[in-house]
Amino acid sequence: MSTTTFPNAPLLSVRDLSICFDTRHGPLRAVDGITFDLAPGEILGMVGESGAGKSLTGTAITGLLERPGRIDRGEILFEGKRIDTLSPDEMRRLRGRRIGAIFQDPLTSLNPLMTVGQQLVQTIRTHLPKSKEAARARAIECLAEVGIPAPEARIDQYPHQFSGGMRQRVVIALALCAEPSLVIADEPTTALDVSIQAQILDLLKKMCRERGAAVILVTHDMGVIAETADRVAVMYSGRVVEIGSVDRVVRDPRHPYTKGLMQSIPRVGSGVQRLTQIDGAMPRLTDLPSGCAFHPRCPRAFDTCQQTRPAALPVEGGHVACHLYQEEPA
Amino acid sequence: MSTATEQKPLVALDGLSKTFDLSPPLLNRLIERKGRRSLRAVDGLNIDIPRGKTFALVGESGCGKSTVAKLVVGLHGASAGKITFDGTDLTKLAAADRGAFRKRIQMIFQDPYASLNPRWRVRDIIAEPLRSFGITSSKAEERAEVGRLLELVGLSARDGEKFPHEFSGGQRQRISIARAISSKPEFLVCDEPTSALDVSVQSQVLNLMRDLQDELGLTYLFISHDLAVVDFMSDYVGVMYLGRLVEAGPAERIFSAPEHPYTRLLMDTVPDITMGRRNRAPVIGEVPNPITPPPGCSFNPRCPLANDRCRAQAPEARKRAGGSIVACHAVEEGRDTPETVACETGEGARMQLARGAA
Repeated sequence: MSTTTFPNAPLLSVRDLSICFDTRHGPLRAVDGITFDLAPGEILGMVGESGAGKSLTGTAITGLLERPGRIDRGEILFEGKRIDTLSPDEMRRLRGRRIGAIFQDPLTSLNPLMTVGQQLVQTIRTHLPKSKEAARARAIECLAEVGIPAPEARIDQYPHQFSGGMRQRVVIALALCAEPSLVIADEPTTALDVSIQAQILDLLKKMCRERGAAVILVTHDMGVIAETADRVAVMYSGRVVEIGSVDRVVRDPRHPYTKGLMQSIPRVGSGVQRLTQIDGAMPRLTDLPSGCAFHPRCPRAFDTCQQTRPAALPVEGGHVACHLYQEEPA
Repeated sequence: MSTATEQKPLVALDGLSKTFDLSPPLLNRLIERKGRRSLRAVDGLNIDIPRGKTFALVGESGCGKSTVAKLVVGLHGASAGKITFDGTDLTKLAAADRGAFRKRIQMIFQDPYASLNPRWRVRDIIAEPLRSFGITSSKAEERAEVGRLLELVGLSARDGEKFPHEFSGGQRQRISIARAISSKPEFLVCDEPTSALDVSVQSQVLNLMRDLQDELGLTYLFISHDLAVVDFMSDYVGVMYLGRLVEAGPAERIFSAPEHPYTRLLMDTVPDITMGRRNRAPVIGEVPNPITPPPGCSFNPRCPLANDRCRAQAPEARKRAGGSIVACHAVEEGRDTPETVACETGEGARMQLARGAA
């Protein structure tokens, strides 16, 4: 499946984005020069270990980055316009209306003191010119669409009266009720059991396909990405090390980190006696290695890797940032 | 070790049950006429764990698997049933006699950030069991033993001087493991030991746990919700649902030919990077509230095979031909034909479907 040949202009374009945190010991760069495009209706997975900068990227796109974090380089273009320079007010109008967000823990992303209906009506009326009654009718519709049984009764209940899976359905309804064209889903199923996870992923896919909304799916679980996303960006130490179609990255990962990551995932029925392991751990932001951030753990590192940071090289419908592919004939 | 002791399980749970009392206070019960309420977290569990093997318990949150872990190490008292460890019933033991068994049973917890004291140096954390069980007699001996343990789990002896916050999640879990094996236990209870870790680190810790098992002859009770991890680690698997064991048996049997509809559901929902986008049969429903479980088989509201008998009568665990135990009316009556279980599950279940069709 080729996702680079979308005829439309990209919906979202992130160019050389860097996010840094000012600390007493100087700035720490948590996201370092990442670049990617997202086509309308596309599902892009962002995968990486904790601290790789994947959630932070999502936070920056939704404009929810908080001090001391700040964007210190690069730009974010949404529908051709820069959004990283918008004022908080302008950003608030965009967020919810054009960009929806779904977070990991459905209990903390809902207001415990408001009924589900009040929260939905508030969101709908903030973004769409609707009367109270029309907004409530729309809210009931939304709840029905995300598969909540008896929405007329449940709309007046509080979040604690819902189970974890049902709560995440409510969060999805909230994110999608103003029909945004981009949804940032940050670990939407990590807090849920596997049998519920499958339901929620199916729902998210279906809802976004029906509305033509593009999704950035941030997760640490490659299995979730493989089943849900069209393309995947693999992040390591704040950088995108590989990006490409999910098919290609799963079948033929190029970056040594992606390869190690794929092989270290245990699989049902594989019958292996030992799992492949990447020795060591991701470096801390305070002591990032020189050159390629992965080189201390990389089984194929050579001199250049310690000295220069690899540029993103084009491979089969995507990019890989690795010196191994530098000398390949074009 | 003679063959006779090898055949006898090191740990045997026999009708183990735990009921938590959720009743309102006495005054509320009298004045507001509220009744007693209770939650059966673990209900009549029968498990044998042979020496040197790994028994894995899987299930979703709230199914009671962590309660089993706490019962086995003695953090909860059992409401009914027996926990037999090397021939001794631990539930009948007086508190004073438990010490000897504490040394032989240790636990590894899920969260390596919460299970290590942040104010203690790593060498003190690991040395605590050595001191409290009186294993080492001198400071020098203690230091040498801590160094040996740290190297055994893949850290260096010098790391003992550091504090837990100086380590990554994977390294902390190695410290937890070093502490757990410091009293030379025979039996380790591991409650989701890798679910707080990233995959590349998870594989390091899982490999280490298997190496230690081979080297030290450890027996594991391994608790996890991740079927792929369980498949890698275990010799025997028990699947729990709402406090009951619905299916248990040799790991290869459970993974290649799952029989209980819930086990099949679990197998089907595991996201797999190699399968690409499957069209799964939608999994319906959620785990019911354990305070008010449905009558009959507790899985009946979500089960595609449920009939009136399932809604009225709880199924007994029965031995199956493949050496596993299944508690399901449909399996027992042979109602689980391939047509009725219209879900394309993993590799194993496909074999199962093929077998059923043949």
